[in-house]
Amino acid sequence: MAFIDYYQILGVPKNAPEKDIKNAYRKLARKYHPDLNPNDAEANKKFQQLNEANEVLSDPEKRKKYDQYGENWQHGEEYEKYSRQQQQHRQHEPFTGGHTSSFEGFGGEDFSDFFQSMFGQRGGAGGSARGGQPKYRGQDYNAELHLNLKDVAETHKQTLTVNGKNIRLTIPAGVENGQTIKIAGHGGQGVNGGPAGDLFIAFSVADDPRFKRDGKDLFGTVKLDLYTAILGGEVTVDTLNGKVKIKVKPETQNGTKVKLKGKGMPVYKKEGEFGDFYITYDIQIPVNLTEKQKKLFEELAAEVKGER
Amino acid sequence: MENLVSTSDICTYHEVEYTFISSLNEAGLVELKVVNHTTYIPESELQKLERMIRLHNDLEINIAGIEAITHLLERVEQMQEEMRRLRNRVHT
Repeated sequence: MAFIDYYQILGVPKNAPEKDIKNAYRKLARKYHPDLNPNDAEANKKFQQLNEANEVLSDPEKRKKYDQYGENWQHGEEYEKYSRQQQQHRQHEPFTGGHTSSFEGFGGEDFSDFFQSMFGQRGGAGGSARGGQPKYRGQDYNAELHLNLKDVAETHKQTLTVNGKNIRLTIPAGVENGQTIKIAGHGGQGVNGGPAGDLFIAFSVADDPRFKRDGKDLFGTVKLDLYTAILGGEVTVDTLNGKVKIKVKPETQNGTKVKLKGKGMPVYKKEGEFGDFYITYDIQIPVNLTEKQKKLFEELAAEVKGER
Repeated sequence: MENLVSTSDICTYHEVEYTFISSLNEAGLVELKVVNHTTYIPESELQKLERMIRLHNDLEINIAGIEAITHLLERVEQMQEEMRRLRNRVHT
């Protein structure tokens, strides 16, 4: 557990008056407020630190304690004793910190271990001074789920464990890489009967070496031997849901694109609808020809030249 | 039928004046419903409203500022979505 320099976080000197601390906090909060930085975990973290620093430095009592023991918190025997007393004390009377914590309810984790070792668990959101026990919405949780392309080709159920709770989740077919879904009410518990937060799950869909994906469509390359390309025939193509045989027209050119209708990805939340699979032929020129083969090609070449 | 929360509950709970919510409504930022002379907020609007209340209470931003921020945030979200799509296309 590292010492946290709250003064540095707010960018104020150690002897800064209360007013400067408040101003510094407001200025930085405007920059890093999670509502102004959607989907930015870094800003959320920063904001959490700001809140923590502000909670300590804006409260004269906490600030005094921090200044006194802060840097030597690991050695302060007296502090240890104090901390124990505080914790006992706290069991009888809920902590009512100065900060009214209207920020609770989104993004954040708890305050740092450092904070908790020094000031105890951050109690239920403060604000008793304002009368009544305010309710707060529980915090939102964010989770990331790694899937491969095959996983998202069909709707499936998965059980996730989020903060010790099992959540049965239906993952709709066709989710995209980076897409986030919200599961209402599965975030943190509300405070004083407030509603629970939401769980946001971001999908990270790994690339598949065989297929490139663009939304609902897939793209792939199929190797085609020279003879099939010239004479026509059949080729077996790997699709997301198995192999299919397709007909190759005679005299197929290298780089020819063929659309396999309905063999792409399922369309998100539209059951029975699929994108297409576009394949590009990559014609393989034969190598290591035998003498006989070479001769046949020579014959063919002479034939073609003779025609001219 | 969608759940409705009365504006007076919201005002008490978040300690904001009713005029604040009605100004947001006039600016077209939040939808209100009137049933039997009582003004309600549909549950689907609640999260948006609470965000605006936080901007007002936490950061002391006025209605005009909130309006500007809301529009900018919408664009930020659209751009993030667009970026995600493009990034997926580049990666694959």
